[in-house]
Amino acid sequence: MIEVKGLVKNFGAKRAVDNISFSVRRGDILGFLGPNGAGKSTTMKMITGFITPTDGTAIVDGHDVRRDPVAVKRVIGYLPESAPAYGEMTVGEFLGFIAGVRGFRDAEARAEKVERAIRLTHLESVRHQTIETLSKGYRQRVGFAQALLHDPPALILDEPTDGLDPNQKNEVRALIKSMASEKAVILSTHILEEVEAICTRIIIVSQGKIVVDETPAEFRARQPGARLDEIFRSLTVGDMA
Amino acid sequence: MICTIFKREFLGYFRTPVAYVFLIVFLTASVGLAFFLGNFFKNNAATLESYFLFLPWLFLFFAPAAGMRLWAEEKRSGSIELLFTLPVTTTQAVLGKYLAAWAFLALAVVLSFPMALTVGYLGDPDWGGVLTGYVGAIFMAGAYLGICSLTSALTRNQVISFVISFVVCLVFVFLGWSVFNGALGAVLPVGAVDFVANCGFIPHFDPFMKGIIDPRDVIYFLSVAGITLFINVVVLER
Repeated sequence: MIEVKGLVKNFGAKRAVDNISFSVRRGDILGFLGPNGAGKSTTMKMITGFITPTDGTAIVDGHDVRRDPVAVKRVIGYLPESAPAYGEMTVGEFLGFIAGVRGFRDAEARAEKVERAIRLTHLESVRHQTIETLSKGYRQRVGFAQALLHDPPALILDEPTDGLDPNQKNEVRALIKSMASEKAVILSTHILEEVEAICTRIIIVSQGKIVVDETPAEFRARQPGARLDEIFRSLTVGDMA
Repeated sequence: MICTIFKREFLGYFRTPVAYVFLIVFLTASVGLAFFLGNFFKNNAATLESYFLFLPWLFLFFAPAAGMRLWAEEKRSGSIELLFTLPVTTTQAVLGKYLAAWAFLALAVVLSFPMALTVGYLGDPDWGGVLTGYVGAIFMAGAYLGICSLTSALTRNQVISFVISFVVCLVFVFLGWSVFNGALGAVLPVGAVDFVANCGFIPHFDPFMKGIIDPRDVIYFLSVAGITLFINVVVLER
C-alpha cells in the first residue's frame, strides 16, 4: 500500500533523512520510532507530499508522490504533528471544509462524512465550538477526524496520542486498532508501550537511518528481560551526541 | 476546489471582527477623504471622481491589511501543512485565497454605493463614468492584492508582510504619481518619464475615473496580478 523507496532529504549541508526504504501493507500498523530530530516527521512529510525529497520517492496505492502528488494526497489521511487547524472555525465548519476539498460536492454526502468523522472521534459535544477554544486533547481529535474523514486506505499519524490523557490515549489506540484491518497505518510516537500495544511492526530511525525494522516480539527478544526504553537507548545512542 | 478554498477564506474574514473593523474604517476613510480633502460638495459636480481619486492611496493601507494574513497566517499556525497535504495544487490554493481577498476588497469598494446614490439624488451624474470608476477600482485592487499575496507568502509574520506589501505598493503608486513624474522630468527625458509613469498604478486608473475602459489598462492590472501570483506559486513550491 505504502512503499517508500530510498528517501533522502538534505537541509543545507545536513542530511536529515538518509536513504530510508520500507513498505507497509494493508492491515499493518507500523510504529515509527526515534529520538527527536531523527527524521521521523521529515520522512512522513515526504510521503504525504508536503515536502519534496532530495532523492527517492514514495508510492502510495500505486501513485508516485513525485509524479502525482495530488493523487497520493487523495488516498492518504494525514495527521500532522500538533494537529494544525483553522482556529477561528468551528469543528463542524472545519470538517465541512475538509470534506469540500476532499471532493464531496453535494451537501448531503458532505454532511454524512462529517457526521461519521465526528462520531468516530467523539466530538459531538464540541461541534459548534471554535477550534481555538478547545483543549489540546480535543484539538488532537479534530486532527484525527480530519484525517479519517474520507476513509482513506492509508493513514499517516505524526504523534497521534501526544498531549492526550491516559484515557484518551487508550481511546485513540483502540480507534486505530479497529480501523487497521483494511488500512495501512504509519504512526510515529515516543511511547514505546504504545508500539507494543498496537503496532504490528517497529521501525526505529536514528540520525536519518533505519536501525531496526522488525516485529515487536523480535524487538523485545533483542535483550530478554530488559525494558523497552533500554533497548531503544542502546540502538539510538548516536543521536545523543 | 478553488471554490471551497475561496469560500473558507472569504467567510474567514467575517469569522473574526476583522471584516467589520476593516469595512467600517475603509468606508469612513474613503468617504471622509472624498468629503473633506476631495471637496465632494464644493466641486459642485455630479461625479464620484473625488471618491475614486484617493483610492490608490487608501489601497496602500487597506490592500496589505486584507492580504497580509493569506499565507503568513497559514505558515505561523502550521495549517499550511494541512492545506498542502489535502488534494489541492498550489495554484488552486493560491487562486482560491487570492480571489477571496479580492472579493473582500471589492465588497469594501462597492459598499460605498450610497455615495453614488447621493450623487444621483443631488444631480444628474454620468452613470457610465460611475460604473467604470468602480470597475477600475476593482481591477486596481486586484493588482494590489497580487502583490500582497506574494509578500505574505514570503514570511510567517503578518506585520512584516504588511510592511513589505505597503512598500512595494508604494513604489507602484509613486511610479505613476504626477508629482513624482514632475520631479523626474527635471532629470530624465520625456520618453523615459512616460515609460516610468506607465509602470505605475495611477495612470492606468485615471481613464477609468473619466469613464474610459481601455483594454490596455485592464491588461496592465491583470498582468501585475498574474505575474505576482505566478511568483507566489513558485515561492510556495520551492
